[in-house]
Amino acid sequence: MNKIIDTKKIIISNPLKLDCGKEINNFPIAYETYGELNSEKSNAILVFHALTGDQYVSGKNPITNKDGWWSYVVGENKPIDTNKFFVICANVMGGCMGSYGPSTINESTGKQIGTDFPIITINDMVNAQYELIKYLEIEKLFAVVGGSMGGMQVLQFVANFPDKAKLAIPIACTSSHSAQNIAFNELGRQAIMADSKWENGFYSNYKLNPDKGLAVARMAAHITYLSEKGLQEKFGRKLQDRDSLRYGFEADFQIESYLRYQGSVFVDRFDANSYLYITRAMDYFDLSKQYKGNLSEAFKKTKTKFFVISFTSDWLYPTSENREIVIALNSVGADVGFVEIESDKGHDSFLLDVPSFLKTLGDYINSTYKIINERRI
Amino acid sequence: MKEEFNIISNLIEENTRVLDVGCGNGDLMKFLQENKTKDIRGLEISKEKVQNCLSKGLTVIEGNAESDLKQFPKSSFDYVILSQTLQAFLNPELVINELLKVGKKVIVTIPNFGYWRVRLQLLFKGTMPVTENLPHEWYNTPNLHMCTIKDFYNFCSTKNIKIYKSIALKKSRISEINKSNLNYKNLDSHLGIFLIES
Repeated sequence: MNKIIDTKKIIISNPLKLDCGKEINNFPIAYETYGELNSEKSNAILVFHALTGDQYVSGKNPITNKDGWWSYVVGENKPIDTNKFFVICANVMGGCMGSYGPSTINESTGKQIGTDFPIITINDMVNAQYELIKYLEIEKLFAVVGGSMGGMQVLQFVANFPDKAKLAIPIACTSSHSAQNIAFNELGRQAIMADSKWENGFYSNYKLNPDKGLAVARMAAHITYLSEKGLQEKFGRKLQDRDSLRYGFEADFQIESYLRYQGSVFVDRFDANSYLYITRAMDYFDLSKQYKGNLSEAFKKTKTKFFVISFTSDWLYPTSENREIVIALNSVGADVGFVEIESDKGHDSFLLDVPSFLKTLGDYINSTYKIINERRI
Repeated sequence: MKEEFNIISNLIEENTRVLDVGCGNGDLMKFLQENKTKDIRGLEISKEKVQNCLSKGLTVIEGNAESDLKQFPKSSFDYVILSQTLQAFLNPELVINELLKVGKKVIVTIPNFGYWRVRLQLLFKGTMPVTENLPHEWYNTPNLHMCTIKDFYNFCSTKNIKIYKSIALKKSRISEINKSNLNYKNLDSHLGIFLIES
């Protein structure tokens, strides 16, 4: 974990007032870009990552050596074609891939910040990433796109900067974290904090890592990303490398083995404190509350075109919650398209090979890019 | 189809805000976008068709007119179009009321069940009519509430809905419908097109 890799990074010197009241400055935001910015600077797409994502959207992730987390969507000849678009993705504030987060070293002590890191929000994340856009001297993005927590950032971005993106595509997300969402996040946090190696968040001072707790958090969360049908079809009651039950607590079932594996690989690439902070930011997200309980007020000033996408088997951020975003946009006359994609892959559908999703998204982005460019001429 | 699109297009003023309810694969939306106005949205119940529209860059929402028109503010569109789908709703009266709320003006087109070819099939063959315009069999038709031009005309006057323009279409022949030729047009036309307002 936290291998030092050459990450693109900017230090934001402008003071940023966080929602918790604290002001920060001179903090790093790590990012990656794909494709080329054209001379009119009209082809930039800002992608926001989800809870456990990072800036490595496409290609090989230099830290994990696996494919970028959105390789189905972003890349050469992919729905977001990097031959055509300039794609930017930043590690969110609170993350552990080079941006300002709990594992950042406090220069005065030489130690990780740990739980002295301030509580951050989706709004703070978005405001920090806006600094990156300014640094890259992009006056107006062609699109802001993201799924899950990335979708929340899309909504917050347009609310904060109504004239900075021509197109916004929030996918499989919500405008406000539900009790069920908060409950699952709390389960994960409690698993981490119950690990004796957590040490109130200062585990790095003792060269410890609450990896058991973090693995359990990941296992629980992973279940929420799948669907009942998907799980049943893929695993059912199939046994793992054995012909009969062993009458013990080993991983008899494939699903157990699968979840244990998911937990174990996760702890190698993710920081436990980052998991606490980012899930907290998601729980605090309530866009309509920021606008006195009226979600449509958040979009009142925007000329941005919206395309909202949900998935049939996503029970974490179900279609009904995505529809609420559509309703709020319609009630202020915003330009919004919406479709619920058929898929039994649950919330994770947006990350996976779901052909009708990939085709609709790609075709939509490309035709809209063409229409907007033609209109300008 | 083209004639119907032309007539609808002629009823619409340029650069107005339009909603096409039951927009299908977006053919009418595309036609109007090229000829009348860029500011056009669609509502469609079939996922596949919604995806088709979105792929063309059209702004379409997956939804059901019976439950999802409510989300649009009152008079938020200059025109709302309902092309040959009124008969497919569980409650056409409710849909018409919703359309009249959302749109300042509403364009409704109706496959005429009173057309003589339709009548003859029932009269002589004794079977439910199947025509070019109404291609389904009784057991698989999506059409729950077929009506005639005369039915819709009478419906509007009973409900105090103002008819601005009513046009009858037979093949590619276009004519106006009025009180005195209503019975004849009801027999002689396969499609009725109405521009109405509450």
